[in-house]
Formats: sequence, structure tokens, C-alpha cells
Amino acid sequence: MRLARTTAYATAAALALTLSACGDDDETASTDVEVAEGCDEFDSGTTMLELCEAGEVTIGVKTDQPGIGFLEPGAEAPTGFDIEMGRIVAGALGIEDSGITWEETISDNREPFLVDGVVDIVIASYSITADRAKLVGQAGPYYVTGQQLLVRQEDAETIASPEDLEGVSVCSVTGSTSLTTVEDEYGAEPVAFDTYSQCVDALESGETDVLTTDGAILLGYEAENPDELQVTGEEFSVERYGIGYEKGDTAMCEFLTDTIEQSYENGTWEQAFESTLGQSGVETPKPPETDPCP
Amino acid sequence: MSSVLFDVPGPRARTRQRIGTVLVAALLVGIGYVVVRRLTEEQFTVENLDELFQPGNFEAIGEGLLGTVQAAAIAIVTSVLFGLVFAAMRLADNRLVGAVAWTVVEFFRAVPLLMLILIIFYSPVKDVMEDVGVPGDLGSLVLGLTLYNGAVLAEVFRAGVNAVPTGQAEAAYAVGMRKGQVLRLIQVPQAVRIMLPAIISQCVVILKDTSLGYVIIYDELLSQANNIGDFIGANLLTYVCIALIYVSINYSLSRVATWLEARTTRAARSSAQRVEGATGALTGG
Amino acid sequence: MGFLLDNLDVIVEGFAVTLQLLATAGIIAAVAGTLLACVRVSPVPPLRGVGTAYVNVFRNTPLLLVLLIMAFGLPEVGVSLQIDVGPLQYSNFETYASLGLGLYTAAFVCEALRSGINSVSSGQAEAARAVGMSFGQTLRLVVLPQAARSVVAPMASIYIALAKNTSVALGAGVAEATYEMRKLLNDNATERLVIFIGFAIGYIAIVAVISLVANVLERRLVVLR
Repeated sequence: MRLARTTAYATAAALALTLSACGDDDETASTDVEVAEGCDEFDSGTTMLELCEAGEVTIGVKTDQPGIGFLEPGAEAPTGFDIEMGRIVAGALGIEDSGITWEETISDNREPFLVDGVVDIVIASYSITADRAKLVGQAGPYYVTGQQLLVRQEDAETIASPEDLEGVSVCSVTGSTSLTTVEDEYGAEPVAFDTYSQCVDALESGETDVLTTDGAILLGYEAENPDELQVTGEEFSVERYGIGYEKGDTAMCEFLTDTIEQSYENGTWEQAFESTLGQSGVETPKPPETDPCP
Repeated sequence: MSSVLFDVPGPRARTRQRIGTVLVAALLVGIGYVVVRRLTEEQFTVENLDELFQPGNFEAIGEGLLGTVQAAAIAIVTSVLFGLVFAAMRLADNRLVGAVAWTVVEFFRAVPLLMLILIIFYSPVKDVMEDVGVPGDLGSLVLGLTLYNGAVLAEVFRAGVNAVPTGQAEAAYAVGMRKGQVLRLIQVPQAVRIMLPAIISQCVVILKDTSLGYVIIYDELLSQANNIGDFIGANLLTYVCIALIYVSINYSLSRVATWLEARTTRAARSSAQRVEGATGALTGG
Repeated sequence: MGFLLDNLDVIVEGFAVTLQLLATAGIIAAVAGTLLACVRVSPVPPLRGVGTAYVNVFRNTPLLLVLLIMAFGLPEVGVSLQIDVGPLQYSNFETYASLGLGLYTAAFVCEALRSGINSVSSGQAEAARAVGMSFGQTLRLVVLPQAARSVVAPMASIYIALAKNTSVALGAGVAEATYEMRKLLNDNATERLVIFIGFAIGYIAIVAVISLVANVLERRLVVLR
């Protein structure tokens, strides 16, 4: 019975993949997530069992980062790499897409949301740091990127590394750690806006000289404007994206780590990447090694 | 008064005026032409307009408008209440109560609204609000708006009550009313009619200031403008369109205020002088 | 308290930009506002129309939107501004923000001046014209000086509002006081109350100074009627 179902899913998945390959290039086929049957595999008393039986989960995500977590105006649900990972985790919990509530988070309220229980998990370009470990738990990483610089074509030679940023006008999103880093450590002139596209606007019109944030997001903008903009330099910080969960929930940590590793093996991680960040033409990297749970 | 500044124009003045009109018009057209030319090159193109006028975007604007109106409506009610309470406190005979009210009002008028909203959002107050079931972003925005505009309205109310001629209050006391009754039955009703335009002007200010909710990711019109601009890749175009929406809403509200002002002047039973528009509306926030 | 002293350089930097914006925008607002008031009472009809349109647009648009349109619109039409005059060093976004704040506040300055002009008894203007002064002379020599005296209080309110409105510039790429406050709030979750008090004191100080100057001016200029 189980085997027949799995075969059915596999066939459906294959079919969907082929169909999507023939389909419109602009439409991103999202990951084919297999939703687990039943909740027997979860031990009693665990958060996973609670969520599985409720059939609902609330996931905190970003809604303003194209390719990672972005909510199109008027759309029902956000799209992006983090969203796909969220769907994979929910699937492993036996929860359908319809049972997922996507909660919009900003950088500042990721910890409070977890601590207060506003969300069950956080998948929002959430870098794993020692500071955050004091307040929340973080499983993974499921993606590794780093801070980079986006400049106009003609400046690609002169601004190639963070050392070149002294006194240079650098743009990023208000409250982002990228901006604080270049301001405090490299002496740049900070220009903060609400959205990345405002920074891109300013960059193109010459009002600012650099846009800095995680390389993954920059690649998306470079792809939109390959003749004018270019990502330069090496990644000068390491951002390891993890899944946030309530601190102390070791069972959840193990479940999340297992789910992440499984997604590496069964190809859903690759699918998730290719349908989102991969659309900008960047090569799918090797999935990172996950940390052991505390 | 303005017409007193210059005579009824004679023939030479009329010619001068006509020349002036033509020159100004030409200048405006010239500047307008250059600006429009530059803008239509990149921003205000047909493609961008096409992308803007999509149902998804209209939905988003609608949601944003809803958020704006929702926050504004609640904030207006709470601000008026806050203003009434603190005006009453400042008018009280008890000096201590008056002093406390003065400090609170002056404090909230001196601190930028943006800062107030940020602080509330990052303080335990927000947690308390969320415990009670009020969404943190809406609650912080409304609380910030209330504290600031309530303080401004407190001053408006106080000025309004004081604008009612003292004869009215004296007569009321002579007839034997107590302070509370005098306030409630004689002064406030007359004051309200005087202050209504000022209150409406303050409502315009509140509506405009809801745009500051973007800083705590409250879903209102301006943050939607950012989203849409981001999505279609034409920020300026979106801003201008959203500005038009704001101007039309606020201008209509101001017209209501003017209409009310005209009505109360015509039907003015009370001999009270008109209160100057709420300092907020006159001074820009 | 110690925390504030440790970060004093950040706080001072922020307020330096705030004061910069306040000063520049204040001057622009004063000049533009006066011009606008003259325009609105002038004998040339299209000028009056322009003035009215200007005031209606700027009074009914949220300040942040005005700043954003300045910051993204001016480069779009080919205007790229930066002030580099001696010790004054303004980044381009600071210039746009100053311009935006100045033009926005000018609308309110204009309205305040206009009601001031209206409050000058018409006998004055009539006498001026009886003596043969032109429109310009009447305005310049008789009406405006008297109007200015009675608008000190509303002007003070307008400039206090301007001082507070500089905080909105943080949404348009300017690193002023509230921006620095936000940075500190992000990095120091435990010191939030102290941070708030510190920055509040800064703004209250600026507001108090403006009020003080206004009071002194008023006492000096008050005209016994």
C-alpha cells in the first residue's frame, strides 16, 4: 500500500518535472514535496507530533528578498528558496501546503517571534551565530553564502574588495548586518533604504556606488541587469543559513537536521535551489554539511 | 486683505498682468516639457504603466489602503479620547494634576513620532499588547500616533474651551452649576463646534503619519508602494501614483474641514472666536 | 548611563546630521516659504494658481513620500546634487533630504505668513497705496515686516515640527539621529530604555532651544496694538 503510494508520488513527480521543463521559462516549477503519511514516526511529547496532529505549522520567513523569501504584491504566498525549504520541512511533518501559515518577519523580530511562540520555526536567511544561540536554537546550515558587493560595470576594477570601501557610498537595507559591517569595519558611508530595489535604483542612477548584502541576492539583481551591474570580489563574510527553533527542543533539532540531510539525498534540495536562486543562472552549489545538535 | 494690496488693475496694469501671465505660463510649460521628456524616457513608459496596472498590484494597493485607513481610524478615536482626558486634566483646579498633564503633553510633542513608534515596538509594551491579542505592529503604530496626536489635540481642546467667552462660564456658575457641569453642558459643546475643523485637520495629519508604520513593517499604503515599485522595477512611477492617492484622500478631508468651517461661521450662535487650526496641521506634524 | 557615554560618538554623529538637515531645510523653507506667500497674494492669476497647487500638494502628501520622490526623481531628471562648500560636506542623499524637507516645510511657512499678512489691518496696505507704493513695495516695506512679528509663534511650531521631521529622512538614505538610534537598538537589546532616553533628550534639547529663541524674538518684536 505504502509502496504503491510512493510509486504514484514518484511518477507524479517525474511527470510534473517533465511537464515543467516543457513549460514557460518564466514559470518556476516549485519543489515536489512529498507529504508524509500519518504521525506515527514522531515520539509522544515532541513538538513534531503536536504540529503533525494539528496539521498546521507557522513558519517565519522574509518577504522582501527576491529568490530567498519574496512576496509578490497581491500574491497569496511568498516564494523563494527559504519557502521551498519550509515546504520540505512541513511535508516531513505531514502537513500540506495549505496548512502552512507564512509569517512575515524582519531581521529584528526573528528571535522574539520564536521566544514568544508567534512562529514554530524560522526560515528567513537566518545566519547561525553564537549570539543567537543564547536565545534560540538553529539547525543546519542548509545554505552557505557570504556578503559581497554589487557595483556598476565601470567600477568593477576599482571596487573589488571591502578594503576599497573607505569613504565610498554603500547601500543596503535598513537594519541589515551587511550595512553595519561595512560601516564599522571598513569605513564606508552608509545609505539605508527599505528595499533592495531602491538601492539598485540608486546604484544605476549613480547616487550610490555599491550595494552590499548576501551574494545570493546580489546575483539575482545582476542577472536582471547583466550589462550594467556586476558582482565583484570574494565573499568577505560567511553567512550560514539555519532553521530557527525554540531553544532547548533537542528533538526538533534532530528532526530538522535529518530533514535537511534527507533533502540533500532525495534531490529536493537541489530542486528547491534551481527553482528559486538557480533561476538567476548561478550554478547549484554543493549542499553544506550540517552541524551536530547541541 | 489680499485684494487691498493692489489696486483694481488699470489698462497698463492689465497689460503687465497679461505679459506676466504669458511669461509664467511659458516658463512652466518649458520646465514641464523638459521634466516630462526625461521622465518618459525611463520611468513613465508605457511598459511600466502596463506592469503597474495589474490586478495583483491593485489588490496590493487595496490592502495597503485598508491598513492605512484601519490604523488611522483607530488612532483618530484614541487620540481624541487621549486629548480630551489630558485637556480636562490641564483645565483642572488641582495644580499637581495640571502639572503632570503639562509634562506628559509637552514630552510627547517634543519627541519625533518615528522615534516613538520604534521605541514602543522594541519595548515590553509591545509584548503586553500581543498578549492581549493586539497585533504588535498595528498596536505600536496606533499607540505612537495616539500619544503624539493626542498631545496636540489636548492643546487644541484646551484652546477651544478657553476660546469660549468667559461670560458663558460665569453665567453658568451664577446659575449654580458645578465645574464639571459647566464644562460638560456649556463650554465643551460650544468649543466642539469651533474646534471641529481643527480636529479634521489633525485627522489628515494622522492619515499622513500612518505612512511611518513602514519602519515596523506595518502593511500600509506606503510600504505597498515600495513592494510594487520593487516588483515592477519602477520605483519613482509608483511613488508618484501613490502620492496622487494620498493627495486626493487628504485633500477631500481638508475640503470637509473647510466646508465645516464655513457652516459654523454662518450658523455661529456662540460668540466664541474661531480656534486656529490645530498646530499639527498648520505646522506639518 | 555609561552605555550612552560609550556610544557618544555615534549619538553625536547622528545629531550632527540632524542639525545639518534642520539648518539647511530651515533656510530653504524660510526663503521658499516667503516667496510662495508673495506668489499666493500676487496679482498674476497663474502664479496664484501655482502657489495654491504647490501648497495643496505638499500639505497633503506624507513627508516620507516627498523625500523618496526627491531622492529618486531628481536623479531621474538628470539633477545630481552634492554640496561641497568649504567645511560643509553634504552627501547627495542629505542634499535631497534637505531639499525635500525645505520644500515641504515651505508650504507651511507660506500658510503661516499668509495668515500673518491677513492679520495686518487693511488700513496699513490702504495707506501704503494711498501714498503711491506699488505691490512690491507695499509688501516689502509695510505688510511683511508687520506680518512677521505676529507669526513668530506659529513659525516656532513649524520649525519644531521640522526638527522632528528630520527623523523621517532615515527612510531616504540619510544616517541621522534616529537611524543611529535604530542601529543601537538592534545591537543592544538590554539597553533599550537608556537608548530611548538618550535620544529623546537630544531632540527635546533641540526643541527647547527653538522655543527659547522664539520666546526671545517674540518679546523683542511684539507690537502693542
